[in-house]
Amino acid sequence: MLRLSLLNAGVVGLSLLVLSSGAAGAAEYSLSVDRVKIDTGDFTRTGIGYNGNTPGPVLRFKEGEDVTINVTNNLDESTSIHWHGLILPYQQDGVPGISYDGIDPGETFTYRFPIVQSGTYWFHSHTGFQEPDGAYGSIIIEPKKREPFRYDREYVVQLTDAHPHSGSRIMRNLKRSADYYNRKQETILDFIAEAKEKGLGATIDDRMMWGDMRMMPRDIEDVQGFTPLINGKSSSQNWTGIFKPGERVRLRFINSSAMTYFDIRIPGLKMTVVQADGNNVQPITVDEFRIGVAETYDVIVKADEDKAYAVFAESMGRTASVRATLAPTEGMVAEEPDLREVPRLTMADMGMDHGNMAGMDHGKMSGMDHGNMAGADQSKMAGMDHSNMAGADQSKMAGMDHSNMAGADQSKMAGMDHSNMAGADQSKMAGMDHSKMAGMDHSNMAGEAKKDDAFYASGSGLVPSAADGGKFLSYSDLKAQKPLYEDREATREIELRLTGNMERYIWSINGVKYEDADPIVLQYGERVRFKFVNETMMTHPMHLHGMWSILDNGNGKWDPIKHTVSVAPGTTVYTETEVDAPGQWAFHCHLSYHAGGGMFRKVIVEGGPKSTSAKPSSVEG
Amino acid sequence: MKNQISRFLILCSVGAMVPSTVIAAEEQLIWGVQVEQFENRFTGDAQSDVMAWDGDALIGTDELKFVVRSEGEFQTRSERLETMETQLRLQKPISTFFDAVAGVRFDTPDGRDRVHGVVGLHGLAPQWFEVDADLFVSDRPSARFEVEYEALITNYLILTPSIELDVPLRDNLDAEVKAWGPKMEVGARLSYDLVDRSVAPYVGVHYERVFGDTLDLRQEEGEEGDGLFFVAGLRLMF
Repeated sequence: MLRLSLLNAGVVGLSLLVLSSGAAGAAEYSLSVDRVKIDTGDFTRTGIGYNGNTPGPVLRFKEGEDVTINVTNNLDESTSIHWHGLILPYQQDGVPGISYDGIDPGETFTYRFPIVQSGTYWFHSHTGFQEPDGAYGSIIIEPKKREPFRYDREYVVQLTDAHPHSGSRIMRNLKRSADYYNRKQETILDFIAEAKEKGLGATIDDRMMWGDMRMMPRDIEDVQGFTPLINGKSSSQNWTGIFKPGERVRLRFINSSAMTYFDIRIPGLKMTVVQADGNNVQPITVDEFRIGVAETYDVIVKADEDKAYAVFAESMGRTASVRATLAPTEGMVAEEPDLREVPRLTMADMGMDHGNMAGMDHGKMSGMDHGNMAGADQSKMAGMDHSNMAGADQSKMAGMDHSNMAGADQSKMAGMDHSNMAGADQSKMAGMDHSKMAGMDHSNMAGEAKKDDAFYASGSGLVPSAADGGKFLSYSDLKAQKPLYEDREATREIELRLTGNMERYIWSINGVKYEDADPIVLQYGERVRFKFVNETMMTHPMHLHGMWSILDNGNGKWDPIKHTVSVAPGTTVYTETEVDAPGQWAFHCHLSYHAGGGMFRKVIVEGGPKSTSAKPSSVEG
Repeated sequence: MKNQISRFLILCSVGAMVPSTVIAAEEQLIWGVQVEQFENRFTGDAQSDVMAWDGDALIGTDELKFVVRSEGEFQTRSERLETMETQLRLQKPISTFFDAVAGVRFDTPDGRDRVHGVVGLHGLAPQWFEVDADLFVSDRPSARFEVEYEALITNYLILTPSIELDVPLRDNLDAEVKAWGPKMEVGARLSYDLVDRSVAPYVGVHYERVFGDTLDLRQEEGEEGDGLFFVAGLRLMF
């Protein structure tokens, strides 16, 4: 029943040279790292690929086997390959400076590790900005046991955001001008249109508020101007997966983008999510889902009609999209839906939605100058729903007249002095604590027709909704099919505030960038609870190497395990990790230019089996 | 600080053109050239047309940047360099949005007292005003304050008003200025981003005026106290 379908069948498939599949449980693969030509239909440039192509090949492993992978560096610079999401000895993890020294030009490095898991994963360079330049491929691991779902055929659907500029040029431009690639900024024409609609005063106040913070409400995608690709093909190049009407098709979605989140739907088809980040989840049927950078989702669709279906991926910032086609025969082209409207960040995304003040720790809000709110024109604060403020300390907010605060438009929250919020010193703006929000009734929030997604700040401009009004997958929906770890109390909590200076394009954790930070030291055998507090207005997909992140999404023992956990602006997300992998590991935001900008940590696991434990580590500085 | 300087020097010595061979998290050298103004200034009278520029080249890290800034005016008809100043500046962040600046300024053509120390501030003020405030320290000190704003008509068509105020703190007859007699330059340039943000042609107006004792001095010498120019030029960033 199960048919293998290699990505870009033919060239890529054949170029993956399986040298020997000899003795059961051992397989050898060869990969070359090459300069390749990227042609998106919009632009051509040289980039980096594997075995002559980008994306590189689909590597097919079997759970339980030992793999040997010979990686030959044909570049004139150092390279590396990281096996994203794979559980393996740290020396095989492929992060230069942490796992090993990298692979010099002309050298062949041989990776050897056992395959101890199954599912959909991917691999990419962890050197410089080679990954945004095209250095990625996909991994499928066949499970030992039968999977708890059935399908007739399968395809890898690898999403990427090919950019005409090289990664290092993009970083250089962002460092000099953080809005270099933002072509969705609000203009004078937008201002005029908005002033007509909402009134001149309100519009001026709104612009003044954002201008005071020196931040942009339309700053959702730092890097625009890319061409989204599915399996290396743009909309015009139309990657096509063939099916027979009535078949169940498994789509292995991988987001290998440098910077771009995608919202994915297949108009006319329901998608049943069966795996997240390679791990089985209790099947959930949705109309649309958002895939963060570096995440994977496996979905099964049942295409009954004899027609072309669009696999449509729209960037979260709505600046670009790509359509691939599922069709009964080659050459059919499904219609590409239009891009939806560009979202606009709200004060909620700044961690400042007062509707959620019940869950906010006011002790940490001292950085917000509420003193100046007294004289503000409160009539423009429409949209702040204070109905949920019960329990919050309102004593400091005395004197505010909330009588005029009907409505739901957060964009009019002008008049508050946010000057103290600017930039780096957001340390006091600790976001919302979702753990405390359980049981909060959001149903009476004006303007919020649907139930809130706990993984977005309430009133956030980023909350997704399905294009057809149906079900949009939430992290809360993910329940492990069969928990890998026993549920137990964490032994300790580590707070990681996700911080940054947008304007200087410096990204950090707890206000310290990688170059200046001490490693995070964990003890083998402990269960650590990580508290991610996003104090920036960007969304960060946090990736811990080597060990699973158990996402606390309120499902208790059914909390899913992931390798990459997305933390939306103004939110707090908890994960727990059973520290079961000795050695030293990388831990970072998977947006290439955020990782490069310093939102990155080395994690050292002390203790554990001697043979694999880390060498005495030196503290960087 | 010592650490930062050594990191800066190491990065600089690695060189800007060498591809990054370090892991993604390691620091990349920041470098580039930005020419805010490169233009012809036209009056009605071709005799007094000038070519003017104002730009800088930078190299460094988040913590410390070395900037070479050059601005000047060139009389196209008489092929005479009217003014030119070159600054070597070190920039170090002191707050979220502002850098402290220290450096030297050399004025050309040569002559007396053409070297000044520079201390200043460079950064982004609330409401997106880009600000430079510099004190030039020498026997003939002066202070300069520049503000620029980019108003987006569309995301590609950009109107950039700017104002620069130069205040001599002592008489400097070589430069034809008297103490506390400021010179003001006001401009508005309408640019279009033709190639990314690398090449943006523009047209605009540029107005200069001197005040106070400096105005009297110029008038005594039969010069005008102000001048209005139409400008056409290129904004460059690479």
